[in-house]
Amino acid sequence: MSVTREQVAKIASLARIRMGEQELDHMVPELNKILDWVEQLGEVDTSSVEPMTAVIPQALRLRDDVVDADPKTGGGRREDVLANAPVAEHGFYGVPKVIE
Amino acid sequence: MTDITQLGVKAIRDGVAGGEFTAREVAEAFNGAVEAAAELNAFIVATPDHALAAADKVDAARAAGEELGPMAGVPIGMKDLFATNGVQTTAASHILEGFVPPYESTVSQNLWDAGAGMLGKLNMDQFAMGSSNETSYFGPVKSPWKAEGSNATLTPGGSSGGSSAAVAARLCPAATGTDTGGSIRQPCAITGTTGIKPTYGRCSRWGVVAFASSLDQAGPMARSVEDCAIMLGAMAGFDPKDSTSLDAPVPDWAGALNADLKGKTIGIPREYRMDGMDPEIEASWEQGKQWLRDAGAAIVDVSLPHTKYALPAYYIVAPAEASSNLARYDGVRYGLRDLPEGAGLQDMYAATRADGFGDEVKRRIIIGTYVLSAGFYDAYYTQAMKVRTLVQQDFHKAFEQCDAILAPTTPTPAFPLEEMNSDPLAMYLNDVFAVPASLAGLPAMSVPATLTSKGLPLGLQVIGKPMDEQQVLDVGLAIEQRAGFTAQPQKWW
Repeated sequence: MSVTREQVAKIASLARIRMGEQELDHMVPELNKILDWVEQLGEVDTSSVEPMTAVIPQALRLRDDVVDADPKTGGGRREDVLANAPVAEHGFYGVPKVIE
Repeated sequence: MTDITQLGVKAIRDGVAGGEFTAREVAEAFNGAVEAAAELNAFIVATPDHALAAADKVDAARAAGEELGPMAGVPIGMKDLFATNGVQTTAASHILEGFVPPYESTVSQNLWDAGAGMLGKLNMDQFAMGSSNETSYFGPVKSPWKAEGSNATLTPGGSSGGSSAAVAARLCPAATGTDTGGSIRQPCAITGTTGIKPTYGRCSRWGVVAFASSLDQAGPMARSVEDCAIMLGAMAGFDPKDSTSLDAPVPDWAGALNADLKGKTIGIPREYRMDGMDPEIEASWEQGKQWLRDAGAAIVDVSLPHTKYALPAYYIVAPAEASSNLARYDGVRYGLRDLPEGAGLQDMYAATRADGFGDEVKRRIIIGTYVLSAGFYDAYYTQAMKVRTLVQQDFHKAFEQCDAILAPTTPTPAFPLEEMNSDPLAMYLNDVFAVPASLAGLPAMSVPATLTSKGLPLGLQVIGKPMDEQQVLDVGLAIEQRAGFTAQPQKWW
């Protein structure tokens, strides 16, 4: 399978990456070269194989249902959370107007 | 007076504990080496004060007669993928430039708790995507090595290329690396350094900038197997903050090292012998077999029939996970924001990500988004995850016949910067021997074996059973003792 210029533009837009005409010029053939190469996976008979879900068998753990059990990941750290925000106002993240 | 920068982890720790030199003297010596090596571009930021503060703490603890940790007095380099409290952490990207975490990754915290200090944050391929360090937003790292009769600047490998260059150039005795599809082993092999990727889940991923979560694993890079064993022991351990962290005790790998391989069987995977293989790589592999026979091991041929499909499967699985993980960089919560005049929220996302991600990162996000999209998911992603199961089953079958596997680490020695970066696919193929163990979550290490006729290092790779880092380290030690690799790059920087 190969991708067209229109498809790549669409995928870029889904991935929220602005892509100019020039960038598409080199991205499309590069992607097709990579996709042609991964195509060989189709040769492998996987009809009786389960897709991997965990590389090392593990059970998900439950933690105690305690508020702020770990102070590092608990609440009450608004300043830390906002410290790296490009725009923070009144204790919130600032974004451009969303609703007209 | 010994040149402290020539010493490794164990020699420094024991020297500090024994009073041969102070931890401060060690930190000062390495801070000086880092400062004098700006030309290599191995560090994104240097943190001499962090190293000195940690050293002073160790010297005070020693003076007070307190017990010292396993890394006490050892200053290390920290790959810029690990979040470090109060110190910029960028993953070598523009989108995270200026990001200063208010928290510390579990692995780095474990190292500080063991008495280590930080010389700086090491350059790398952007978001750990690359095999030559050329995808870094902060410019490529230059290898300290040069081929005989050539002045071409060589790659230190990637993605942990700052780590490999710094360890090889004696800017630090050891460094952290991370390995998603070979990013510890490949740079180690081509810089004559030693590194191990442990079993998936041994080292916590908490606070490590995520690339492909089902593959990412941290590990040490140093100049000897024993130093790697000591440092891995300090890095590893169960962490409730990482849901895939292994809840298993950390063995005393360093204390149990044993290079006697009598009664052990080493498998040689026939599918790793590729057409047109570099004769020097093949010769080093043959030499490796001889060394292991000499150490008492029996050598058997094993088969890993799906080897050729591991790399294409990896280049579906890893970009798929990356496209999901990197969705978080949106210009809202941290990092870069690019807000064109009059733009709305969606335009801000698209502009920020266009400006903040490098070409290779974009390429992988696009591939990942494509293979996960409706209509293509089963043909690409599900098929790749089925092939991943087959790659793992190959290893499990092989380990019924052997205790560990010996293979080359890389298909070539170090190549010049810019030689491969115009062809992404050619670059991917450099990880052909490293990726299968990553897909299967297995412990694997690279140990220096020899120099090529042009004087460039080659490494050998040892792959072990899940959780059996000890066997990997033991085989590594047997190779190290016989290889007698003492070559180091001639200082030109």
